[in-house]
Amino acid sequence: MLESSVAPKALERTLYIGAACLGVLGLGSLLLQFFGASLLISTSLLVVVAAVVGNKLASHNSAMAAVWLLATSSLAAAFLIIFLSNYDAETASVPYAFWFLVIASWALAWASVSRFTEINTLSRTVNGVLTVLIPLIFGVWLLLLWEFVTQGHDVPKVLLPAPSDIGDRLVNSVPTLWADFKQTFIKSVLTGYIMGCSAGFLVAILIDRSPFLKAGLLPVGNLVAALPIVGIAPIMVMWFGFDWQSKAAVVVVMTFFPMLVNTVAGLSAASKIQLDLMNTYAANYWQSLFKLRLPEALPFIFNALKINSTLALIGAIVAEFFGTPIVGMGFRISTEVGKMNVDMVWAEIAVAALAGSLFYGFIALLERVATFWHPSMRSTAR
Amino acid sequence: MSESVIQVDNLSLTFQTNDGPVHALSEIDLDIQQGDFVSLIGPSGCGKTTLLRVIADLEKATGGSILVNGVSPAAARLARGYGYVFQAAGLYPWRTIAKNVSLPLEIMGLDRTTRKERVARNLALVNLEGFEKKYPWQLSGGMQQRASIARALAVEPDLLLMDEPFGALDEIVRDHLNEQLLALWGKTNKTVVFVTHSIPEAVYLSTHIVVMSPRPGRIQDIVVSNLPRERTLDIRETPEFLTIANRVREGLRAGHSYDDVES
Repeated sequence: MLESSVAPKALERTLYIGAACLGVLGLGSLLLQFFGASLLISTSLLVVVAAVVGNKLASHNSAMAAVWLLATSSLAAAFLIIFLSNYDAETASVPYAFWFLVIASWALAWASVSRFTEINTLSRTVNGVLTVLIPLIFGVWLLLLWEFVTQGHDVPKVLLPAPSDIGDRLVNSVPTLWADFKQTFIKSVLTGYIMGCSAGFLVAILIDRSPFLKAGLLPVGNLVAALPIVGIAPIMVMWFGFDWQSKAAVVVVMTFFPMLVNTVAGLSAASKIQLDLMNTYAANYWQSLFKLRLPEALPFIFNALKINSTLALIGAIVAEFFGTPIVGMGFRISTEVGKMNVDMVWAEIAVAALAGSLFYGFIALLERVATFWHPSMRSTAR
Repeated sequence: MSESVIQVDNLSLTFQTNDGPVHALSEIDLDIQQGDFVSLIGPSGCGKTTLLRVIADLEKATGGSILVNGVSPAAARLARGYGYVFQAAGLYPWRTIAKNVSLPLEIMGLDRTTRKERVARNLALVNLEGFEKKYPWQLSGGMQQRASIARALAVEPDLLLMDEPFGALDEIVRDHLNEQLLALWGKTNKTVVFVTHSIPEAVYLSTHIVVMSPRPGRIQDIVVSNLPRERTLDIRETPEFLTIANRVREGLRAGHSYDDVES
C-alpha cells in the first residue's frame, strides 16, 4: 500500500544536517553554561538521535520516516514547553541552547511534513488523513513557534499574548464569547447575508428580464458597492437603531452587489448552441431560465456566496464599532482593546476566524454537491 | 403522391453589418418532399447552415417565402414540428443521458410515463441502452452526439434538421454513425435535411444533394441520386456512386468555390 520512497532532496538533507548540527550546538553551549537544565540536555540528545535515524529511514521508507520525525519533533516540542513553564523568563533570559533546540525541532517537523508529502498511495483513508494531517502540523507549529517566542522572550502581553494565554481566556469566557457570537454572527451576519444575497439574486433576474433596468440598475449597484463601510455604518445605526438590525443592514449593503454582478454574469454563461436548442423546443422564458440558464449560472452564484460569507462577517464586526448594545464581537474588540485586555481581543478574533472558516467551508461543500458536473469539480464526483 | 414538407421560394437573407450588407442567401428555390434525405453541401460561407437555421426559425429571412409543414417556420417551431441536431452535442452536463433526452419532453409538458417510454425507445434507436444514468462527460464524443440525436428524435418530429452533426468526429466513428443514421431513416420514413461539407458523406446518405456556392449564398445545382434507398458502405466503390460524386464536385467547382475561400 505504501510505496517505498524517493531519496530525500537536497533541501531535506539540509534539514537533517541542520537539525543535527543545532542539536550538537545546543549540547555544547549547555556544557559551557552548566545550568541546571537536564531537560534541555535530553532534548538535545533526542534531536540528534531523531535527525540521524530520520535521515537513515528517509532513504528506505517515507511513511516510517515521516511518523518517526513527527513523533520525535512533537516530543522535543513537549520538552521545550515543559522547560519554559518551569523557567522564569522575567528574571533571566532563556539560554541560547533553548533557541537552537526550538529551531532544530522545527526543522524535524518540517522534514516530517516533507516526508508525508512523498507518500504515494491509492488508499482513500490514508489520503484523507494526510490532507488533514499536513496542514495540521503546519498550523500547530505556527502556534508552537508563537508560544516559544512570546514566552521565551517575555513579550509584553499587550503587544502579543502567547497562544496559551489566549486559550486560557477563551476557555474561561465561553459565556461572554457565546453571547457575542449569537449577537454578531447568528443575528446580524446570517440575517444580513440571507437578505443581501437573495436581494442581489432577485434584482439580477429583474435586470435580466428588462434591458431598461440593466441600463438603470447596474450603475446604481456599482455605486452602492463603492460606498465605504465606515461611512454607511453610522448612518445605518441612525436609521435602524443600536441593535443587530443596523448591522444586518450594513451586511445587506455589502453582500448585495457581489451577488448581483455574479448572477448577471452567470445568466449569460449559457452557450449559443444551448440557447438555440431551447429555442427549437419553443421553451418560454422561465423554462429556459430554470432548466438551462440558472444551472449554468450556479458556479457564478456560489462564487458570490463564498465571497459574501467573509464580507458579511467583516461588515458586521466593523459596524459594531459605531454604536451597539453591550454585546457583540465588534463591541467586545473595541472595548477590551481600550482596557488593554488584548488576550480577549485575540480570543474574539479566534472565534471570528473559526466561524468564518466554517461558514465558508459549508458553502464550499454545498457548491461541491450542487455543481458536481462542472469541470472544476468533476475529479471528486466520480 | 408525396407532399411537400419544405417549400422555399425566392428566399433571400441579408445581414446588416458594420462593413455593409452581407448577402448570406440569395434566390433560393427548394422543394423538399416527405421522406426525402436532402444534403446541403458547399464550402464554408455558402449559407448552408444559414438556410437550415432559416428553416428552423433560428434566423429570419429578409425576402421571399418559406413554408415548413405548410406553415411559417415560426409556427412550425412553436408546434415542435422538427428536431434539430447541432454541430456539437450540447448536452447539459448536470443532467444524465436519460434526463437530457427527456429535456424537450419536459418542456412540452408530457407526463412522466410517456417521457420514460420515449426516452427508452429513442436511446435504443441510437444503441445507447445501459448508459441512461451516465453523465455526458463520462461518454465519448460519438456517444454524446448519438445521445443528442436521440434527444432530437424524442420529440418525434417528421422532420429532422442536422447541421454537420458528425463534423467533429473521426472518420471511423463517422462512417459508423452514417450507417446508423441511414438505417434509422429507412425504418422511420422521416424527412432529413443534412448539412455537410463532405462529398462522400452527402452522396452516401442522400436522395437529393443541394450544391451551394458562396457570395452570395445560392443554389448551384440539385443532384438527384439514383442509388437505392437501402445502402451499405460498400456502395461507395460502385461506378454509380462515383458518377454522382463527380457531378457534385463539378457543381462545387462551377461555383468558383475553391478560388476565393480561405479555409
